[in-house]
Amino acid sequence: MKKLEFKPKSKLGEYIVEKFITLNAFAALIIICLIFIFIFKEAIPIFTDEIVKEEASVEKMIVKQAFAEGREPKFSWQPNSDNPRYSLLPLFIGTLKAAIIAMIFAVPLGVGGAIYSSQFASRKFKEIIKPAIEMLSGIPSVVLGFFALMVLATFFQNMFGYTFRLNAFNAGFALGLAVIPIVFTISEDALSSVPQSLKDASMALGANPWQVSFTTVLPAAFPGIAASLILGFGRAIGETMIVLMASGNAAIISLAATDSVRTFSATIASELAEVVFGSAHYNVLFFIGTLLFAFTFLINLGGDLVLVRLKEKIQGGQS
Amino acid sequence: MNETSIQPLKIEMMPDITSQFKPKTNGYIPRGLTLTAVLIVIAILLVILVNIFHGGVRIISWDFLSSPPENGMESGGIFPAIFGTVALVILMTIAVVPVGVMTAIYLHEYTSPTSKLTRLIRIGINNLAGIPSIVFGLFGLGFFIGFIGSGMDSILYSGSRPVWGQPAIIWASLTMALLTLPVVIISTEEALRNIPQELKDASLALGASRLQTIRKIIIPQAIPGILTGSILAVNRGAGEVAPIMFTGAAYYLPYLPEKLNDQFMELGYHIYVMATQSPDVEATKPILYGTVLVLLILTFMLNLTAIYIRSRVRSRRVGM
Repeated sequence: MKKLEFKPKSKLGEYIVEKFITLNAFAALIIICLIFIFIFKEAIPIFTDEIVKEEASVEKMIVKQAFAEGREPKFSWQPNSDNPRYSLLPLFIGTLKAAIIAMIFAVPLGVGGAIYSSQFASRKFKEIIKPAIEMLSGIPSVVLGFFALMVLATFFQNMFGYTFRLNAFNAGFALGLAVIPIVFTISEDALSSVPQSLKDASMALGANPWQVSFTTVLPAAFPGIAASLILGFGRAIGETMIVLMASGNAAIISLAATDSVRTFSATIASELAEVVFGSAHYNVLFFIGTLLFAFTFLINLGGDLVLVRLKEKIQGGQS
Repeated sequence: MNETSIQPLKIEMMPDITSQFKPKTNGYIPRGLTLTAVLIVIAILLVILVNIFHGGVRIISWDFLSSPPENGMESGGIFPAIFGTVALVILMTIAVVPVGVMTAIYLHEYTSPTSKLTRLIRIGINNLAGIPSIVFGLFGLGFFIGFIGSGMDSILYSGSRPVWGQPAIIWASLTMALLTLPVVIISTEEALRNIPQELKDASLALGASRLQTIRKIIIPQAIPGILTGSILAVNRGAGEVAPIMFTGAAYYLPYLPEKLNDQFMELGYHIYVMATQSPDVEATKPILYGTVLVLLILTFMLNLTAIYIRSRVRSRRVGM
C-alpha cells in the first residue's frame, strides 16, 4: 500500500508559514503607506525648514513672485535661475490642459467604441475590436511618446500650420491614445453587464434596438461610464513619458492649445536627475510628487467606489 | 403569519419610450457614429504599427541586436539595452511573483470575499495600480536608494563612497516590482477562482491541512494563471520608463551590469534618450526606429503568449 503522501507537518511550521502569507497580503496596503510617507517626508522641509521656506514656501508657490525688486511679479516656474521661483500655477494649467485635450479625444472614441462593441457589433467584429484595443493598451507609453514626437508633431504642424511643433495639442492627442483603452474597457464592461431582462423588457415595450441601447442600457450603465472617465482622467494626469517627449516642456501660462506645456509629471522626470540632493528644488519636486499621489489616489478611490456600487446594484437586480 | 410581511407591490410608471423617441430611423445615425469611433481607433493603431514597422524593419539584423552602440549612438546596436531590460524584468519577476501569489492566495483562501479586511486590501491593490509611474520613481529614489541603500552603506561600509546608496539595477527592479504587483495579484486570483471547490474539499477530506492543500492542489492548478500574471507583469515592466529613470537606468554604459548595484541600459530609456537628448536626431533616426520596433515586438510577443495561455486554460475548463 502506498504510504501517506501528505506527511503531517509540525503545527508550528504551518503556523509560521500561514502568518507569513497573511503578512504578504498586506503588502499592497503597506506599500501605499510607505509611498506616501517617503515622498511626503522629502517634501516636509517646505513647511518646516527656515532656509528652504525662504526659497520655496507654499505661499510662494501660489502667489506671484517678482524676479527682482521693482520688476512686475509673475507666476513663473524658474527653479534654475539665480533667483529661483517655484510658482505651481503654470504647471497646474499645463497638466490640466494636456489632460483635458486628451479627454476630448479619448471620451468620444472610447465611449463610442464601447457602445458599438457592446450593443451593435457582430461576434466576429468584436473579436477584432477587443484585441485591437488590447494592442493599443499594450503599446508602452515611451513608444507613444516617440510616435508623437517624431511623426504626429510634424503631421499636425503641416496640417494646422502652428508655430511650435511640440505643444499641448500634440501631447494631448498622444495622451488620448493612452487613455482610450481605459475608457473603452471599463465602459464596455459596464455596458455588457446590464442584465438581459432589462433589455428584454424595453424590447417588449416596442423599442427598437438602438432605442433599447440609448434609453435603457446607457442609463443603467452610466455610473460605470462615469467611472471610466474618472479613471481615464487620473491616467492622463499621471502619465509621464508621453507628455515629457511630446509637449515641448515650456512652463508658460496660456490657455491656447498650440502653446507648449509642462506638466507636473514631466517636471519631476526632467528635473529630478539634475537637482542637488536636499535642496529646496529637490523638496519642491517631491512636494509635486505628493500632490500627484494624493490627486490620483482620490480619483482612483472615487472611481473604484462607483464601480463597486454599480456591480452590487446590477447583481442585486438580477437575483 | 406571513401575510403581514408581504409588501404591497410598487408599480412605477414606465416612461412611454415610443412617444419620446419616434422611430424615424432605424438608428443608423447612432450606429454609424459609434462605428466611426471604432474605425478611427483601429486606423490610428494601424498607422502607428505600420509607421514603426516600416521605419525600423530595415535596420534590424543580428549585428544590430548583438553589438553595443557606437559613435554617440549614431551607429552600432542595442545589445546592452536588451541585456539590461531582460536582467531588469528577471529580477523584478523574482521579487514580485511570490508576494503577488501569496496575496492572491490569502485573499481567496483565507478570508471571505465580503469581509471588511478583504475589501480594504482590494481597494489598496486597485489604488496601487492607479498610482502614476513617476511617483514610483520618486519612491524608489527616496526609499530604496535614500533610505535602504544609504542605510546599508552606513552600517556595512561606513565609508564615504556609496556602494548601495546609488542608482542600481536592484533598486530599479524592486521599484518595478511594486508597480507590477497588482497585475500578478489580479491574474492569480482569476486562476484561483477557476479551481473547482470539489478538488479542495477532496483534499481536505483526505486529511490534508489547509497549507498542504494550497501547496499540493491549489498552486499546481493555478500555475497557468500565475504564468499569465508574470508575463503581463514582465510586459508592463519592460515598457515602463518613468520608474527607472532615477533608480538605475543609465544613458550609456560601456559595460554590461554584473553586480546587483551596477547601473544598466534599458530599451525604453534608450528610446527616450535617443529621441530627446541626441545632438543629431536625423542621424540616430534609423537606430531609434529599430529600437522602438524591437521593444514593440518584445511586448506584443509577451502579450500574445499571455493571451494564448489564458485562452487555453479557459477552453480546458469548458471541456471539463
